[in-house]
Amino acid sequence: MIQSNSGGSRAADPEPVAPDGRPAEEQPRWRRDFPIDWAQDELVSRKDLVKFICLTSLAFVAGQVWIVAKSLSERSGAAILPGAAVATVDELPIGGAKTFTYPEGSTPRILVRTGPAAFVAYDQQCTHLLCPVVPAFEEGRLHCPCHNGWFDLASGRPLAGPPRRALPRVTLEVRGDVVYATGVEGPAA
Amino acid sequence: MTVPETLEFFIDPARCIGCQACVQGCAECDSHKGQSMIQLDYVDRAQSTQTVPVVCMHCDSPTCAEVCPADAIKRTEDGVVQTARKPRCIACNNCVLACPFGVPKMNTGMHLMMKCDLCYDRTSVGLKPMCASVCPSQALAFGTREEMARLRPRARPVNTFRFGMQTIRTRVNMMVPLDAPAEVVDVTAAMHEPTVGHDPMDDAFHAPEEVEP
Repeated sequence: MIQSNSGGSRAADPEPVAPDGRPAEEQPRWRRDFPIDWAQDELVSRKDLVKFICLTSLAFVAGQVWIVAKSLSERSGAAILPGAAVATVDELPIGGAKTFTYPEGSTPRILVRTGPAAFVAYDQQCTHLLCPVVPAFEEGRLHCPCHNGWFDLASGRPLAGPPRRALPRVTLEVRGDVVYATGVEGPAA
Repeated sequence: MTVPETLEFFIDPARCIGCQACVQGCAECDSHKGQSMIQLDYVDRAQSTQTVPVVCMHCDSPTCAEVCPADAIKRTEDGVVQTARKPRCIACNNCVLACPFGVPKMNTGMHLMMKCDLCYDRTSVGLKPMCASVCPSQALAFGTREEMARLRPRARPVNTFRFGMQTIRTRVNMMVPLDAPAEVVDVTAAMHEPTVGHDPMDDAFHAPEEVEP
């Protein structure tokens, strides 16, 4: 052991010097991650932890409230869209179907004639994994062949198989000989 | 609250009378959980009455913290190396074995390394550490450098030590005779010789005493 004299007082704020004596910039990364000085260390106090937990919980609650408010506002009323002619009444036989887009550039919608002057139209994408649904008119259902999903033709509600959400419904209006789409109900509106 | 920069700790083994007052006083400090952290070393008991109180030297680059795998040993901004943080210490004994001065002690019951923290609760509010306040011969002294120069005109404080390739600057000073030359002791060559004073291995592992057959 060599003891050497060191004159004067010690440095005001001692910088930690690594044993190899090289400057801090040349030190390996772990020295910055695991600092020896208390001030540089990320010691989490109990108060900080409680604060973090409370604020995070509050943020979750606010997020849930926002989601509920958003879904409520979506459920109330169909989106207001300009009407568009999608078919003529004579174009389809009863039980017949055709696809169209409404509004322009949307995903395909499927129009089914269910009676002499009765039409229903839904988004054609299955709410499970977006396969196109096909009408099964005799059974009063819409069928998704991908995973054997079934929807009610009259309401668009899921009946069987993987889908859990109703098909977005396109509201229709028959004026004279022409079928007009007037709006879209549901989340895909 | 920090320990004032001007107040330093001075160890003067030449004044030590081996009374153990510091060892007892240390345990009274509020931040030590009733444990004494001072080791009073008998340098060569058969030949001499010389004793040396061993307190933490509070290195600028503490080896104990360097080797800590759990990142438990921290140095506060005033240069005081604190006892291991209880939530982090894994009682691995690395610091006990690595410290060149043999200071840290493993409290196996508490699963915690405890070492001299300069009585942080006292020194940070301007009081002397417990040991310095009880030492009758002031072998352990706490004060300003100027004060020491006035009181000990024949000694000088030393706070730089070299162990092998490692140079260590410390916050705590060792008083040496004014005209004593720098002494070279090959510590590494003596590593496997029988220890004088206490063996740091005793701090780490409490081996059961051998029973005579």
